[in-house]
Amino acid sequence: MFWVCLHYPRLALEALHSDVPADRPHAVVDGPQQRRHVVLANAIANKVGVRARQPLASAQLLCPRLAVTPRDEAAERQALASLADHAYRYSADVSIAGADTLFLEVGASLKLFGGWPALERRMREDIDRLGYACTLAAAPTATAARVFATCRSAIALPELAQLPLALDAAPIVASSLDPKIVAALHGMGMRTLGDLFRLPRAELARRIGQPALDHLDRMRGLVAETLPRWQPPPRYARRIEFGYGIESHTALAFPLQRLVREFAQFLAARDGGVQRFAIELGHERDACTRIDIGLLAPQRDAASLLELARARLERVELVAPVHALALRADDLPPLCPLHRDLFETNRREQLDWPALAERLRARLGDGALQGIACVADHRPDRAWRFVALCANRPVVPATSMSRPFWLLHRPLPLRGRPTRVLAGPERIESGWWDESDQRRDYYVIETRDGQRAWAFVEMGQAPGRDAPWTLQGWFA
Amino acid sequence: MFTTNLSEPVSNTGDYPLFAPTVVAAAPRAATIAPARRDETALADVLRHPGIWRRGSTKVPRSDTLSTGLADLDALLPGGGWPRGALIEILLAEDGLGECSLLLPALATLTQARKRVVLVAPPYIPYAPALAAAGVDLAQLVHIDSTASDTHWTAEQCLRAGCCGAVLNWLPRSDYRQLRRLQLAAETGGTFGFVFRPLSAAHEASPAALRLRLEPGEAQPRLEILKCRGRFGEPSHALGLRA
Repeated sequence: MFWVCLHYPRLALEALHSDVPADRPHAVVDGPQQRRHVVLANAIANKVGVRARQPLASAQLLCPRLAVTPRDEAAERQALASLADHAYRYSADVSIAGADTLFLEVGASLKLFGGWPALERRMREDIDRLGYACTLAAAPTATAARVFATCRSAIALPELAQLPLALDAAPIVASSLDPKIVAALHGMGMRTLGDLFRLPRAELARRIGQPALDHLDRMRGLVAETLPRWQPPPRYARRIEFGYGIESHTALAFPLQRLVREFAQFLAARDGGVQRFAIELGHERDACTRIDIGLLAPQRDAASLLELARARLERVELVAPVHALALRADDLPPLCPLHRDLFETNRREQLDWPALAERLRARLGDGALQGIACVADHRPDRAWRFVALCANRPVVPATSMSRPFWLLHRPLPLRGRPTRVLAGPERIESGWWDESDQRRDYYVIETRDGQRAWAFVEMGQAPGRDAPWTLQGWFA
Repeated sequence: MFTTNLSEPVSNTGDYPLFAPTVVAAAPRAATIAPARRDETALADVLRHPGIWRRGSTKVPRSDTLSTGLADLDALLPGGGWPRGALIEILLAEDGLGECSLLLPALATLTQARKRVVLVAPPYIPYAPALAAAGVDLAQLVHIDSTASDTHWTAEQCLRAGCCGAVLNWLPRSDYRQLRRLQLAAETGGTFGFVFRPLSAAHEASPAALRLRLEPGEAQPRLEILKCRGRFGEPSHALGLRA
């Protein structure tokens, strides 16, 4: 095991959406109304002596200009969850500990990322990019990594054997033990973890209790750790706001590309695909325009998702200037990659058809591509139906009677008289049970222009004389 | 995107193949070094290229074809069937002359070989029982609805992708440039591109490799070959369609 601890010491301040200017002393406070205390203060407030866990009254005495914001734990949790989401790309074992710490088991991912130095460089680049103050440390146990991260020592210790020696000098304050126990130990004159480890076990257990002792054992790797595993959320939503209105499709192409790229990265990180997603265009006053994009099969390739999204977007008329662009996906099914047979002869077709079908659907509409199936019914207009392309078709015995290639959308009266009757009558009498009873005599006829048609007269009537011909199909 | 080559001879009215007979001169330097006999074999090698057709020979250039299912028509077509990777135009006066039944054997062969057949905006409903009775595997048949303005685009996409065995198009109005794009797309994708057009288009120039005219005859419809790439001799042949 090789655990990385990411400690965000200033998260309480950084997660806030406050409008306090950066050059003003600022503190986040918590606690009951009468006994408020400082949770975290910014650097300017620290300079005049405002400290964490200080009563608010003392802090305000020290610094009369202090801007005070109540703690927003929901915002912190949300920020930490999005950081965990980011860390998920480096490890499947991500765990959230407390309000400001993430653990990642990277021992299994070292080979993939090209060893610890390369992985550390990537993670540090990420930290710089995300803009949260963060300390990073790595150790064979998560608890020990947390000690190092809290001490702000950027240590990476791969060997379990070196751990007791490295922990020896660490202060007890950094051990994330209960503050009461830490205070008691301080009262006993203990300062470092080394002091603690040298005490006899039985006596230590009596003073600090078994849970705290277990914590120290887990830190040294004497007892196995169990950490709750963090799961990425099953949905995705991302929004880009513009400071101005965009009125043309071309100007939307770039932010769209950014949105879709990030989405594809998210999908790749959680090894999933997407089958339905929506793009929302936010307007200043009007209701937002929603473009739903459905795919035939889950996909995650950035280029093809972008092509589809762009094709749909281009066909939408912009009713008002666009002030925000959002991408939303509520259902992220697992991706099943296309199976390729080593000996498959028509491999190219298997790969190209989904892409072609998606391109056609994007331009022509979701229902434009359909399959055709036979239905076991004698009535001509019910003997077939449109089906979804990949649907299973029922097996219907083929008819031995001659049937036309074309069926008219609805039967039409025949103009003029047929020159010849080539076949018939074939009586089709069915449907007394479902309100559309049909009793017809069908004939194959030839028209004056030499066309062959499928026409019927109502049952029992002599064609041509007292009953009109009705045309239903062409033998094309 | 590609651009249409406008220097294409537009005056080609259809009685001649699109490629002109090519004369290949033997390289003079090779003649001075190599003995005359080897020079002749080199020339023969060059002339054996399937893209070169010599007026004097009776042998037609070999090309990839699919039997039409009609022995009479196969005998008239070079290679003995529908040419693959080309546009095949069927000009007809009226619906219902058996124009689609003409393709049914080929469609059955293609779908049974698990090749997709795409119908782009057909004028009526393709009747499933008739197709199934002709041996067409309906699972491989795709029906595409498209508005008139998107028909050419859809046809081109399907022809070019190479994942469709055959694409059937109904194009009542299309000009030479549009057809030329479809022809190039069919060549790229190696797809059979069948195009049904009204008889009035028979006098227009067309880049299609094969043009057939279907007219009602006295007893049965007559099929006439207007243009056929790779075939010389009698300009048109007519045969009765329905036995």
